[in-house]
Amino acid sequence: MKKKYSLKSFDTLPITAISFLTTEGNETGEWRSQRPVLDSEKCSRCGLCWMYCPDNAIQAEGGSFHISYKYCKGCGICAKECPQNAIVIEKEER
Amino acid sequence: MKEVISANQAVSYAVLAAKAQVIAAYPITPQSSIVEMLSGFCARGALNAKFINVESEHSAMAACMSASVAGARTFTATSSQGLALMHEVLHYASGLRLPIVMANVNRALASPFNLKADLTDSLSQRDTGWMQFYCESGQEAFDTIIQAYRIAERILLPVMVNMEGFILSHTYEIVDIPEQKDVDLFLPPCPPRECLDIDNPSMFGSTTDYYINFRYKMHQDMERAKAVCEEIGADFKKIFGRDYGLASSYLCEDADLILVTAGTIAGTCRVVADRARDRGLKVGVLRIRMARPFPGKQICEYLKTAKKIAVIDRDFSPGCGGIFAQEVKAALQGSASHTPVYEFIAGLGGKDVTDKDIEKIIEQTRNTPNPGDSTWIGLLK
Repeated sequence: MKKKYSLKSFDTLPITAISFLTTEGNETGEWRSQRPVLDSEKCSRCGLCWMYCPDNAIQAEGGSFHISYKYCKGCGICAKECPQNAIVIEKEER
Repeated sequence: MKEVISANQAVSYAVLAAKAQVIAAYPITPQSSIVEMLSGFCARGALNAKFINVESEHSAMAACMSASVAGARTFTATSSQGLALMHEVLHYASGLRLPIVMANVNRALASPFNLKADLTDSLSQRDTGWMQFYCESGQEAFDTIIQAYRIAERILLPVMVNMEGFILSHTYEIVDIPEQKDVDLFLPPCPPRECLDIDNPSMFGSTTDYYINFRYKMHQDMERAKAVCEEIGADFKKIFGRDYGLASSYLCEDADLILVTAGTIAGTCRVVADRARDRGLKVGVLRIRMARPFPGKQICEYLKTAKKIAVIDRDFSPGCGGIFAQEVKAALQGSASHTPVYEFIAGLGGKDVTDKDIEKIIEQTRNTPNPGDSTWIGLLK
């Protein structure tokens, strides 16, 4: 259905706004005013941060976790939930 | 099959006949018995629909919206405060162009608290992009629900079918429930349309600078809906023999004075018009059935012989007047007619509008040279 629409004219617009982009293109990391920093020495690999992250910004790779700053909005939920206090919140310097 | 049922039950039977697939609702008087009955149909397997009990009307509409965007035929019912709570989501549903059908059983808005009939609840939603119908009988409620699905799925805008609480919703009268095969003939399954598809991911209603274009498309389709409703009404008549139109006129062809109203007050108006005719007064009655889109041209056509028009509103907009009166005046402004429009507010909060009230309205309209402010019927002395 992508092909039949275009923004070129009124007649080729769909009847409601439809976006075919996924949220991958929406780099919400730019919103961040504070930054979670993960200390992998302290991390027990429990995965709670990964489970709680509302933006899917914590990625699990080979049994360890890392934060994707491209999408992390800096909400701090991961730091709050971490039982090892392995995540600390720092001020975002830009 | 003819049955003696309430208008609420007529709506439930209509939703059963329309084979709704998802129903999400929250109970509220005087609507509750509609969804109670539907819940029973679902529990017994008579209706193969997912019935979702939600925690509020806001969620009910959100659930219908999600189901509709996934391609299901959906239904909900509400009244008054429930409809007001849905308000935000009503705009979403129409903006996403979803063919949701809702029954709203008109009830006065608080405060003060009142459970009875008043059309202000739905009329205050008239700018939400929902089509609106106002019914007069249980039969019409049944028929309008069936028609509403055809219209909504053709125009791709949601439809609100309104009827007055208790006066209509809880009145038992004969309703002819048609054969399922005839309903199936009139209303085929929900036609395929663009909806959410996991193989072709997309987001509906996304942020856009082209907003005004989508609003204009909605306007075009609303305008088109008038002719489509007439066409679907004619199709309905072929199968079921009943016809309602966008507005229904009674003795308007040669009338000097036309009473304009919506809903059940029209029945009493017709009785009073007959009596007036016996006394030699040419009185006609116009019942507005469709309020959005507003069939202004058709209404002006019905009103063209009138020397005076009296609009009786069971609703009002504080600081402005009767809502249908404002709509009728606006429609006349666009025509060549300069017929004076007299405004009457009556029956708010379910107060009975009697034949004597309507006779008084006729007398006052005849004897007053110029329409002034709206006249309120039934106030304490």
